Amino acid sequence: MSAAIQVDGLTKRYNSHLAVDDVSFEVRVGEVLGFLGPNGAGKTTTQRMLTGVLKPTGGRALVLGRDIVSDPVGAKERMGVVPEVANPYMEMTASQNMAFAGELYGLPGARIRARSQELLREFNLWERRDDIAKRYSKGMKQRLILAMSLIHEPRVLFLDEPTASLDVESRRMIHGRVRELSGRGAAVFYTTHNIEEANVLCDRVAIIRDGKLVALDTPEALKSTFAMSQSVVVSFSRPVEAAELGALDGVTHVEKHGDKLHLFTAAPGALIERLAGYAQQEHVEIVSINTPGPSLEEVFVSLSSDTSRSGGPR
Amino acid sequence: MMRKCWAIAKKNIRIYYLKGPVLIFGILFPAFLFLAFAIGRNVPAGSLVPGLIGMALFFTASATTPAILPFETRTRTLERLLVAPLPLSVLIGGDVVSAFLYGLFLSAIPLAISFGILGAVVTRPVALIASIVLSALCFALMGTLFSTPPTDEPSAIMTLANLVRLPLIFFSGVFVPVSAMPQWGQWLSRISPLTYTTELLRAGIGQDVQIGPWWCITALIAFSVAFWSISMALHRRNMCRRLAL
Repeated sequence: MSAAIQVDGLTKRYNSHLAVDDVSFEVRVGEVLGFLGPNGAGKTTTQRMLTGVLKPTGGRALVLGRDIVSDPVGAKERMGVVPEVANPYMEMTASQNMAFAGELYGLPGARIRARSQELLREFNLWERRDDIAKRYSKGMKQRLILAMSLIHEPRVLFLDEPTASLDVESRRMIHGRVRELSGRGAAVFYTTHNIEEANVLCDRVAIIRDGKLVALDTPEALKSTFAMSQSVVVSFSRPVEAAELGALDGVTHVEKHGDKLHLFTAAPGALIERLAGYAQQEHVEIVSINTPGPSLEEVFVSLSSDTSRSGGPR
Repeated sequence: MMRKCWAIAKKNIRIYYLKGPVLIFGILFPAFLFLAFAIGRNVPAGSLVPGLIGMALFFTASATTPAILPFETRTRTLERLLVAPLPLSVLIGGDVVSAFLYGLFLSAIPLAISFGILGAVVTRPVALIASIVLSALCFALMGTLFSTPPTDEPSAIMTLANLVRLPLIFFSGVFVPVSAMPQWGQWLSRISPLTYTTELLRAGIGQDVQIGPWWCITALIAFSVAFWSISMALHRRNMCRRLAL
């Protein structure tokens, strides 16, 4: 796959503060790249440089071959953007907002009308197209913003926390649309705080910490690299004392999560056998048992907090 | 790019023409100020005309642009404009066009009063049209300069704008013709673009002028170029700071 977004040594400095430090990566055609990091890590600054809002202090970024600094208009024509905090114009209807977005991208009137109808129907806003956006719910406003960003059929999409605090229906709709766009060959740069969202939606995940890219790989590859802890999650037909299970051989510690007990061990296979013996001895039935792998959350927490790690992506 | 500029202007017309600060400081405030000056004073009706039209142009054309960017910052619509494929000059240009049209359309009211009620007569149509068109443009650009501080408080910018606009009306030939001012006042009047508006209007309706029409036209163009150049430089520097608000 060829690169739709090519980033080389991108750097942003505010006086003595280095907000983004020599970040390099690419987003391939048809790929969804998740961009994760704790608050203040440099996620939004990176997206703003890539979308031409902020001028980089160093490095360069190409969007479908167009340099965002030397040819910002050419690069912006090819991208659709949902900024971190963005609203439609509240005093305007959905149709008027869509028409305005289309005019900003230089589309002819007939094309604007056709695309508006298509997108407003897809995002379940067609019936309310003549309502001013002020009357919309938060999810509807966000869907309208996404529809506006797609009016010119961009081949590259930048989404900054597009599903933050949205209802399930809107979130699913946006996820579905992102998958569909990626399936049609669009490159998606997806900034999110939500690790599970990155896990299920993204082909690869980049993790940024203190302005540096500290990891870049597929979610599964990252998880296997960071297989720091193994565990067995078990639930019984009646409550059992966590301390009793903690006393079993090989259990390093126990955590209770709802009706499940999370038993950490270096040897999950042997522990399962001991749990079966415990259940038989105590006349209690095992309702469920599984051995979850390391989560992307563990990878994220490890990379976000470990100050000893070097800056290069793995 | 012209189409994109017009799209911005249309959006502004739709949203900002009827915003409270624009109506208050663009229409009501100058209207009451003028009435406070004119009512009950033994002033010839014809002498009120340049001041009436000039003040209307001055306040209306410079009213919308200061409000637009703070509102866009506050309502979180600015970043979407910044990621659109258009140069900053087109974005600000759209604001100027909407402000220019606001000044131009609303000047129809004082023009109707001047020619329908106060009995003014046009003697030099070119001077009159030039004064209206160039002044609306110049004051729209002046409003753009007011809008450069990065804030999301429209009232803060309106206060700043009035700090500049209010003193200007007292030595720009609005209430007293430039020729009737003391020498120091006449010198001071030369630094105000509004002076050239009122002088050009006086020329247009056959009244005595202190500054020739061509000087007035040149000065209004020079002020426009200066306002545009300075405001664009400041907007380029400050625009991204708005996103941190």
